[in-house]
Amino acid sequence: MKGWEPKIIAFLCNWCSYSAADLAGVSRLAYPSNIRVIRIPCTGRMSPKFILNAFRHGADGVWVSGCHPGECHYLEGNYYARRKFALLKNFLEHIGIEPGRLWFSWISSSEATKFVDMANMVNDKVKALGPAKHLIKTRARV
Amino acid sequence: MLAYRSKIRETARRLLTDHQVDAVIGFKKGTVPMMCQPVLITRPEDVDMLHWDSFCGVNLANYLPKRQGRIAVVAKGCDARNIVVHILENQIKRDQVFVMGIPCKGMVDRRKITRALKDQDILEVTEGADTIVAKGNSFDMPFNKADVLQDNCAICIHRNPVIYDELMGDPVPEQEGVDRYADVRAVESMGADERSKHFQDLVASCIRCYACRDACPLCYCPTCFVDESRPQWLGKSIDPTDTLTFHLLRAFHCAGRCTDCGACERACPMGIKVRRFTKKLEKDVLELYNYEAGMSLETRPPLDVYRPDDPGDFIA
Repeated sequence: MKGWEPKIIAFLCNWCSYSAADLAGVSRLAYPSNIRVIRIPCTGRMSPKFILNAFRHGADGVWVSGCHPGECHYLEGNYYARRKFALLKNFLEHIGIEPGRLWFSWISSSEATKFVDMANMVNDKVKALGPAKHLIKTRARV
Repeated sequence: MLAYRSKIRETARRLLTDHQVDAVIGFKKGTVPMMCQPVLITRPEDVDMLHWDSFCGVNLANYLPKRQGRIAVVAKGCDARNIVVHILENQIKRDQVFVMGIPCKGMVDRRKITRALKDQDILEVTEGADTIVAKGNSFDMPFNKADVLQDNCAICIHRNPVIYDELMGDPVPEQEGVDRYADVRAVESMGADERSKHFQDLVASCIRCYACRDACPLCYCPTCFVDESRPQWLGKSIDPTDTLTFHLLRAFHCAGRCTDCGACERACPMGIKVRRFTKKLEKDVLELYNYEAGMSLETRPPLDVYRPDDPGDFIA
């Protein structure tokens, strides 16, 4: 597909990864504009429904990023999230979502360069996979 | 089986007469062969209604959440584990429940019998210790119980109730050397597209009746995600994506809680192997967090706790 660019939904924790994206901008670092950011209060707020919904609405990739273990603003939200994500990632890959569409990372608010590197990496990997085929709702909404 | 039946009646009568419980939840004989229906009785004179045979597969833990008063419940190994899950999730208190534990050798899948008889009308089914005889107008067919067990019972490794107030019989030997995850591994060996097709095909016949959800003791949310409209997580139609999303989310909600009681699969009118979804999560929970649902009142469910050194290699 020529000229095709993926749509990637990034769920970023308000207290770290979102600020890292902010810092990347302030620092004038460039990252792919295929990333659509959704701010969440904590990765502990993430529900598998959000991720499935993103895929259902045609996202080619989903990326969830939060605070490093031990640095959660709410003390332990990311620890709970890690367990949910581990199961969800395995489960979605088990039912046929290609490995490489769903990404997780820990990025603190000072790690603007890690954010940019990660954004580039996610973009490259999802682009290599091509448009999403599974779980997209193609028929009209009823 | 007959011994269980009389012991259940005797225990229920004693509990109700002594006012130890307000109600007993058990089974009564269904109106057609190979069907038993759940029943709640409150009067000692009704206890002779109570029944037990190899078709009592319905998970009675489903009738416990948010119930008031003291209730006795007939519970097989898997039902007892689901009662533990309910207690852990504050759906009922331990001292409210009187568990009448049934050491269980597995429930019979009525579909396997009807399929073997090529859908001929079965008029009567009689049960011995290890055999079942199905009778009809032109046939009299014996079955080995072990050959017609529900899929989940054939690979069950917790046949004896984990909690009970009284056992209805002597504990049965647990099955040894069972390969619980052969079907999961079979899917794991496929490629991504093949798996996707496998699961699309699996749920292709789903009519979205939600029988699997309603039969499941874990599904007690006041509003299920399928009924939520703002936001609407999935459509109401039998669109293939909606159907698959329903099964994915239903299974994920059972992660770390599912006891593989088989209620979902037994309830499905289309005969969909819905346990394929929950089994994968069950396997992962066991491998990643070394947890089996409903085995103990002391340990919290795996998604309710964490360890600082949980596996996290997949996170960059």
